[in-house]
Parts: sequence; C-alpha cells; structure tokens
Amino acid sequence: MGLATAYLSLIVLLPLAAVTWKAAKSGRTGFWQVVSDPQAVSALKLTLVVSVAVCAINAVMGTVIAWILVRDRFPGQGAVNAIIDLPFALPTIVAGLTLLTLYGPRGPAGVNVAFTRTAVLLALLFVTLPFVIRTVQPVLLELDRDMEEAAASLGAGSFAIFRRIVFPNLFPAILSGVALAFARAIGEFGSVVLISGNLPFKTEVASVYIFGRIESGDAAGAAAESVVLLVITFGVLLAIGTLRRWTTRHDRA
Amino acid sequence: MHRWLLRGLGLGYLAMLLAAPVGVVFWRAFEHGIGPAWDAVTTPDARHAFYLTVLIAAIAVPANTVFGVVCAIAIVRRRFPGKGIVNALVDLPLALSPVVVGLAFLLLYGRGGWFGSWVSDHGIQVVFALPGMVLATIFVSLPFVVREVVPVLREIGTEQEQAASTLGASPLQTFARITLPSIRWAVAYGVVLTTARALGEFGAVSVVSGHIVGKTETLTLHVEERYQSFDYVGAYAAAVVLAMLAIGTLLAMSVFRPKEATR
Repeated sequence: MGLATAYLSLIVLLPLAAVTWKAAKSGRTGFWQVVSDPQAVSALKLTLVVSVAVCAINAVMGTVIAWILVRDRFPGQGAVNAIIDLPFALPTIVAGLTLLTLYGPRGPAGVNVAFTRTAVLLALLFVTLPFVIRTVQPVLLELDRDMEEAAASLGAGSFAIFRRIVFPNLFPAILSGVALAFARAIGEFGSVVLISGNLPFKTEVASVYIFGRIESGDAAGAAAESVVLLVITFGVLLAIGTLRRWTTRHDRA
Repeated sequence: MHRWLLRGLGLGYLAMLLAAPVGVVFWRAFEHGIGPAWDAVTTPDARHAFYLTVLIAAIAVPANTVFGVVCAIAIVRRRFPGKGIVNALVDLPLALSPVVVGLAFLLLYGRGGWFGSWVSDHGIQVVFALPGMVLATIFVSLPFVVREVVPVLREIGTEQEQAASTLGASPLQTFARITLPSIRWAVAYGVVLTTARALGEFGAVSVVSGHIVGKTETLTLHVEERYQSFDYVGAYAAAVVLAMLAIGTLLAMSVFRPKEATR
C-alpha cells in the first residue's frame, strides 16, 4: 500500500506543492498584485460567468436528454446513447477545431461566432455534455414509476408530476453532474484555445491567461492565478457537495 | 405533444452541438479527396507525432493501470492513516486545469525548479522532453482505473477472498484467482477511459513539451500547430485520425461499460 501512496505523492501531491510554494513565495503583496491585475480579473470573471451558464444549461438539457434516452422510444436511440460519450473520448483540441469548422469564419452554416464569448460558451458546453446526462440516466432508470402513476390517477398534470415527484428524485444526481461539469469548465483549455481567439479582456479565460503567463516566463504570476483557480474550484465543489447532502437528508426526513 | 417537444429539443441540441460539427470536420478533411489528406498524415512530422502519442500512452496507461488496481484495493480493503486524503487526491486530477498540471511539472523539473538542477546534473532532461510529457499524461489520466474498480470491489465483498485464504491460498494466489477475475471488466473499462485521456491530452502536454516540431510534438499538438500555420488540410486530417481513435474508444466503451443495474 506504500507503493500506491508513494506513487500518488510523487505524481499528484509534489507537483501541487510546488505550485502552492511558488505562489506563496511571492508574498502577500506580490500575490495580490498578480491576482488583482485587470487582465487576470477579467479572465477569471469571464471563466466564472461562462462556467455558471454552462452548469445551468447542462442541468436543463442534460436532464431532457437523459429523459428522452430512458423514457422515450425512437429509432436510432442506441446510436444517440453511444455518441453522448464522444466529447469525453474526443481530444479537446479536436473538439475546438470541430466547433470552429462549423461555427467559424469558413463555416458552411453561415454562422460565425469565432473569437466571441459565445464561442467560449459553445466550447465548454461541448466538453461538459456527458456529465449531467450520465449521472441522471441511471437514477431515472431505477426510478419507480408507481409514484408517478399514483399522482396521475389522482389527477396531477404531467408538469406537476415532474415538479413534485420526478425532479426531487433526480435533483441530487443533477447536482453531482453539475459539479463535474463546473470542475471541467472552469479549468478547460484545449477546446477554448482555437475558437476563442484568446483576446485579453474579451474572450481570454483563466487557463489561457495562466498559459500566457507561463509562456512569457512569469511562473510566479501563473502559480498565483492557479492557486486562485484551485481555491474557487474547491470552494464551489464543496458548496455543491454540501447542498447535495443537505437536500438528500431533507428528502428522507 | 410533450413527447415530441422534448424529443425535438434534446435531439436538436445534440445535432447542433455534437453531430453536425464532427460531421463537418470529416467532410473538410476529405474535401479535396483522400489523397491530400493521406499525404498530410504521412509527413515525417505527422508520423513522428503519431508515434510519440502512442509511445506516451504505452507508458502512462500500464503505469496507471497497475497503480489503479493497487490503489483501489488499498482504498476498499485496507485501513490506514490518511485514507481519506488518498481518496480525495485520486479525484484531484479531474478538478484541475491541465495548464496548472503542466505548470506544476515545470516548477518541479524546469530551470530553477525543485529538482531542476538535480536532473540536469544527472544529464536527464525532463521538461521539454519525453519524461515530462509522460509525467503530465500520467497525472491527468490517473483517476479512471481507480474510480471504475472501487465500486466493483465494494460490491463483491470479501467472502470469497476470505474463503480462499482459509483454504491456504497465498495473498498473490487469492488476487490472481479470486479478485482479478471479478474486477477484470471494471479494469478493462478503466483502461479504455485512461487510454482515451492519454491519447487526447493537450493542455498539460502543451505546457511541458516546448512544442518542438518533429521532436516533442504529439498528435494533438500537431493539430494545433498545423492549424496555426494555416495548413487546414493537415490540421483536419490529423484531427480525423484522433477522431477515429475516439470513435474506437466509444466502441470499446460500449463493450466494456458496466451495466447500470449491477453498479
């Protein structure tokens, strides 16, 4: 078991320690100077706003798609189910290139969103597509339909049934999926780098900003911004985890 | 009515976001026929990028598979101090930006890094060379085998293993005859996910590789480099190679996917 711990320390813990140490070495004023730089603040703000939007869209569309995969029957359903995992299997740079090809300057659809914030949103929606679907799907499969049938026989409409019976049961799973999507969205790099154009103050996300710092030899700045990104990620994941635990406990009480 | 609305909404979303863009890339790659696309992926640089991608995966995947199985057994079957920390650390790579991962290895093994002078004194180049790219790939693809094997180990329980050791089997025999056969599908699924991540990693590798064409360029970096030099056929052709690897991964995933009911 020592082997596993040693491997983990060497591969994961030590590199992280190096980033934190580098950020801490610049001192409080140095750290603050880097983090409060307008370009860094703008990148972080964009990343957070778009990640939250991605979570909201995924919560709705992920649930809809999980629903039609479990409760609906249509030809080609198996194929649709199989391609859901494509964004996971497809390298991020290829994901960015595919979106740029269709929705970019030379795209056949006549729509050009390249180098806009919409492009960032699109790229993040692409790479986070599977998370909510794949967490909601198994719960929906196991959900007993007795309650829904009972509600229907008591005269509840389909919207009331969804809101009162299905949704509360799915909510913890949706939250888990959203947490995974958020963690992915906030640090995403490969899919954004081509389509967003990385324009400072406009379409530059936090990970691209960190990349720029590294390329210009400012490792301390990159480390400071990385630490901020890490703290935000863990804060949000912790909050979602707490909310999830709280709602599940509430249901059973 | 409802049914049609939901179906249209869900399938429309998937078509716009997923099916149409991927379809267009295939169309663009073969726009000028198969010849130019084939020429683009068989240039020496492209072939070297392909070779390097496969080489890195061939090191990272077995390493993470062995670690994944050992670590899963440790998490489920053993009690040791710091188990909670180990459990959390395993999931960490999923929550980290790949760029931060790359930065971390630069700060460890790069010039002025913690081990920077030690490795250069010993004539080893880690950063901007193969070892750094392998380390970064191992980092980002680390969680998958562990996460697939842990729930299966929990579910099968310890009765058979205990019976085997009561009957005089050594720990190694118990592992080979009892544990391994019951977790093999989970391991296989984890290996597929690990391989997909290893072949497709871009951000972390991009930071530690130094982008030396024909030397430290993987297939994903090659796609970017070709695109930035306006060689669209080259970029699309290499992207199609990666997309076909991804579709192969999807097929393997549907074969090995754990059945929802048994999870």
